Amino acid sequence: MSDKIAGGDVTVDDALVFHRLQFAFTIVYHYLFPQLTMGLALLIVILKALGLRPGAERWNDAARFWIRIFGINFAVGVVTGIPMEFQFGTNWAQFSRYAGNVVGQTLAMEGLFAFFLESSFLSLLVWGERRLPKFGHFLAAIALFLGSWLSGYFIIATNAFMQHPVGHAVAADGTLRLADFGAFVLNPWAIAQYAHNMVAAVVTGSFVMAAVGAYYTLRRRHEPSARIFLRLGVGVGLAASVLVAVTGDVQAKMVARYQPVALAAMEGRFESGAHAGLAVIGQPNVAAHRLDNPIVIPWALSFLAFGAFHAEVKGLDAFPRDIWPDNIELLYYSFHIMAGLGTILTAIALAAVLLWWAGRLERTRPMLWILMLAFPLPYIANTVGWMTAELGRQPWLVYGLFRTAQGASPTVHSGTVLFTLMGFCGLYLALGILFLFLIGREIAHGPGPLGHAAAPPVTEGAHV
Amino acid sequence: MFELWFAIAALMLALYVVLDGFDLGAGILSPFVARSDTERRQVLAAIGPFWDGNEVWLLAAGGALFVAFPRVLASGISGFYFAIILLLWCLLGRGIAIEFRSHVSDPLWRSAWDFVFAAASTLLAVFFGAAFGNLMRGVPLDGEGWFALALFTDFSARDPVGILDWYTILTGVFALLALAAHGALFLAWKTEGPVHDRSLRMARRLWIAVAVLWPVVTAASQAVNPALFPGMGRRWLAILAALVAIGGIVVVLVRLWRGGLLGAFVGSCAFLLGIIGASAASYFPVMLRATGGDALSITAYTGGGDEAGLRVALRWFVIGAPLALIYLAVIFRIHRGKAVAAADGEGY
Repeated sequence: MSDKIAGGDVTVDDALVFHRLQFAFTIVYHYLFPQLTMGLALLIVILKALGLRPGAERWNDAARFWIRIFGINFAVGVVTGIPMEFQFGTNWAQFSRYAGNVVGQTLAMEGLFAFFLESSFLSLLVWGERRLPKFGHFLAAIALFLGSWLSGYFIIATNAFMQHPVGHAVAADGTLRLADFGAFVLNPWAIAQYAHNMVAAVVTGSFVMAAVGAYYTLRRRHEPSARIFLRLGVGVGLAASVLVAVTGDVQAKMVARYQPVALAAMEGRFESGAHAGLAVIGQPNVAAHRLDNPIVIPWALSFLAFGAFHAEVKGLDAFPRDIWPDNIELLYYSFHIMAGLGTILTAIALAAVLLWWAGRLERTRPMLWILMLAFPLPYIANTVGWMTAELGRQPWLVYGLFRTAQGASPTVHSGTVLFTLMGFCGLYLALGILFLFLIGREIAHGPGPLGHAAAPPVTEGAHV
Repeated sequence: MFELWFAIAALMLALYVVLDGFDLGAGILSPFVARSDTERRQVLAAIGPFWDGNEVWLLAAGGALFVAFPRVLASGISGFYFAIILLLWCLLGRGIAIEFRSHVSDPLWRSAWDFVFAAASTLLAVFFGAAFGNLMRGVPLDGEGWFALALFTDFSARDPVGILDWYTILTGVFALLALAAHGALFLAWKTEGPVHDRSLRMARRLWIAVAVLWPVVTAASQAVNPALFPGMGRRWLAILAALVAIGGIVVVLVRLWRGGLLGAFVGSCAFLLGIIGASAASYFPVMLRATGGDALSITAYTGGGDEAGLRVALRWFVIGAPLALIYLAVIFRIHRGKAVAAADGEGY
C-alpha cells in the first residue's frame, strides 16, 4: 500500500464521492451544535459569575434557562460527534494509516483531556444546581467551559496539521511520524484558526442569546431576564464580531502565505498581478477563467493579503491545474458569504449597542425584530467559514503531502457508503426535528426560579 | 513500547466495558425491572450522571489505538464498516433517549424513548460481544493488511467468514447476558424499593446463566482459535487475569445470596476485567488475527506507529488518564448513596 500512498495513483471512483459527501454532511450538521455550546459556555460562566453576588438571583435564573438550552445542544453535539471520530477509521482508513501517528495524538488528547472533563460534569451543571453549593455549580460551569474550549483546540490543531503540516517526518514505510510534538501542537496555523473559530462560536452564542431576549421583549414576557439576554448578547456579540474580523485577517494572511492557490480561488482571481483588487461580488466562471459581473475594490486584496497596495497576488493561472481546489465556485461563494455575513453581524451588533448606550434598545422595535431574526446568520457564517477552510485545502487531505483521493478506505465500496449516508440523512433529519421541538418548548416556557420546571407533573405511577 | 501501548489500549477497552457495561445493562433490563414512569426515572437517575463519561472510554480507547496502532485502527474499523456504523447509530439512539426522555412528560414520548433506550442498549451489548468474537476468530486480511466483512455468510466460522456466525452470535449472546447481569448488580446496589428487588432477582438468574455459559464460550473459543489457550498457559499475566475473572464470579455468586451488593458489583467488575484481560494477554502480540494464516495477522509490532511518537503520547497519557479517573471518583462521590427519581423536570 505504501507505493500507492507515495505515488498518488489511486483511482477516483464513486465511493470517494460518497465518502466525501458523508463526511461533509455529518460534520456540517455536527458543528451546528458545538458552535453554540462553546459560545454559550462562556456566556454561562459570565452569568454564573455575576450570579455569585448576594441577591443576584435573576442572573442565576437567566443562567438556568441557558444551561437547559446548553444541555439539549450538548447532547446532540455528543451523539453527532462520535461518528466524526469513527469516520477517520471507517471512511478514511488510508489517511488514518498514513497520518495516525501524528493526528492521532491530538484526537486522543481531546478524549482524555476534554471529553472526560465535559462528560463528567455535564449532568452536574444541567441537573445539579440543588445538589451543589452555589460556588460548586459555578465550578461545574467552568469545567464545561474549559472542556469545550479545550476540545475545540485539539480538533483545530488536528485540522491545522491537515492545512499546514508541521512537526512531522516521513517514516521508512512512507507514512508520517511525529518529529516535533511542540511544533505540531503549537502550529501557528492552529493558533490563528483557533482564535478565529472560537470568537466566531461566541458570535453564535451571543446572537442566539440576543435573539431570545429580543423575542421576549417584543412579546413582553420574562422582561427582567430578557434585558440580561439582550444586553449580554449584543455586548459580547459586538466584541466577538470585531475580534472575528481581526483574527480572520490574521488567518487570511496565513492562507495567502501557505495556500496561495486557495486564496486565489477564494477571491475568484484567475490572473496574477500587482495592485490586486478585492472582488466584493461576482460569479466565478471557471471555464472562461474569469469572474463575471465583478464589483471590485481596487488594490484592496494586495493590502489585505500582504500589507502593501502594490503587492503581487498570484492568480490561479500561476499554479498547475492539478493543485487547484476542486470546487472553486463553492469555495468562492463560501468565503464571500462568510465575509459578508461577518460584516452584517458586526453592523447589527454595533447598532444594537449604540441603542443600548442611548437607553433605547428595549423600545426600538425594528432593532428587536432584526435581532430576533438574525440568529441563523452566525450559523451560516460559521458553516461557510469551515467550508472555506476545507474546500480551500482540496485537493489535499494533508496539504501538499497526501491527496484526498488517496485517503479513503480501500475495501468499502460505494453501495455501502451510500447506504450509510442515507441512513445518516434520515436519522439526523429526525434528530433535527426533535431538537427544534425541544428548544421551542424551552423558549416558550422561558426562564424561571429553581424548581419551576418546564414539564407539568406526570401522573405518579402511570404505566408506560 | 508496543507492549505497553497494547496493554493501555486493552485496559481502556476493558474499562469501557466495565463502566459503560453497567449503563448498557441497565438499559437492557429497564423494561423488566422498572414498570412505572417513576421507576424508569429511578433507573435513569442511577446511570444518568455516569453514562456520558463512561462512553468516553470507548473514544479514548479508539484514540489510543489511533495514535499507537494506526494500521490496526485503519484496517479494523474500515473492515467492519457496516457494523461500526450500525453501532454508532445505536450509540446515538441510546444517548438521545437518555437525554431527551425527561424533557416532555407525555407518556407516549416517554415510552418511545424507553423503547429506544432498551433496544439500543441490547443491540450494543450484542455488537460488542460479536466484535470480541470476530477478533478471536479472525478476519480475512489480505497481503496489504486490509479486509472487508459481510454482515453474515454461511454462519460456519470458516472462510469465507461474515461478522455474524455461530461463534460470534454465541459471544454476542454471552455479552448480552454478562452486561445485563453486570447492570442488574449496579441497579440492585444503587436503588431501593421495587426496582432494587426486581434487579436483585434478575441478577441471581442472570449470573447463573453467565456461570453456565462461560465455560461453553471458552470451549467454543478454543475450537475457532486453537492457538489461544496454549498461548495463555505460557503467560503469567493471562493466568493472573483468568484467576481474577474466576475470583470475580465466585465473589458475585457468594455475595448475591449472602448479601453485600457493593462487593458483588466489584466482583462483577473484576469478572469483566479478568476475561478481557486474559483474552488480550493470550491474544498478544496479535491485534487482528487473519483467517488466512498467522503470517497475514497484524500484530502490535507490525501494526504499530513510530516508537518516538508513542513515547510522546505516553507523556500526556500519564497526565490525562489519572485526571479521567479522578473525575470518575468525584462523580461517584457526589452521587453516592441510592439513586432516587428526581422531581419531574429536575433530572433524568
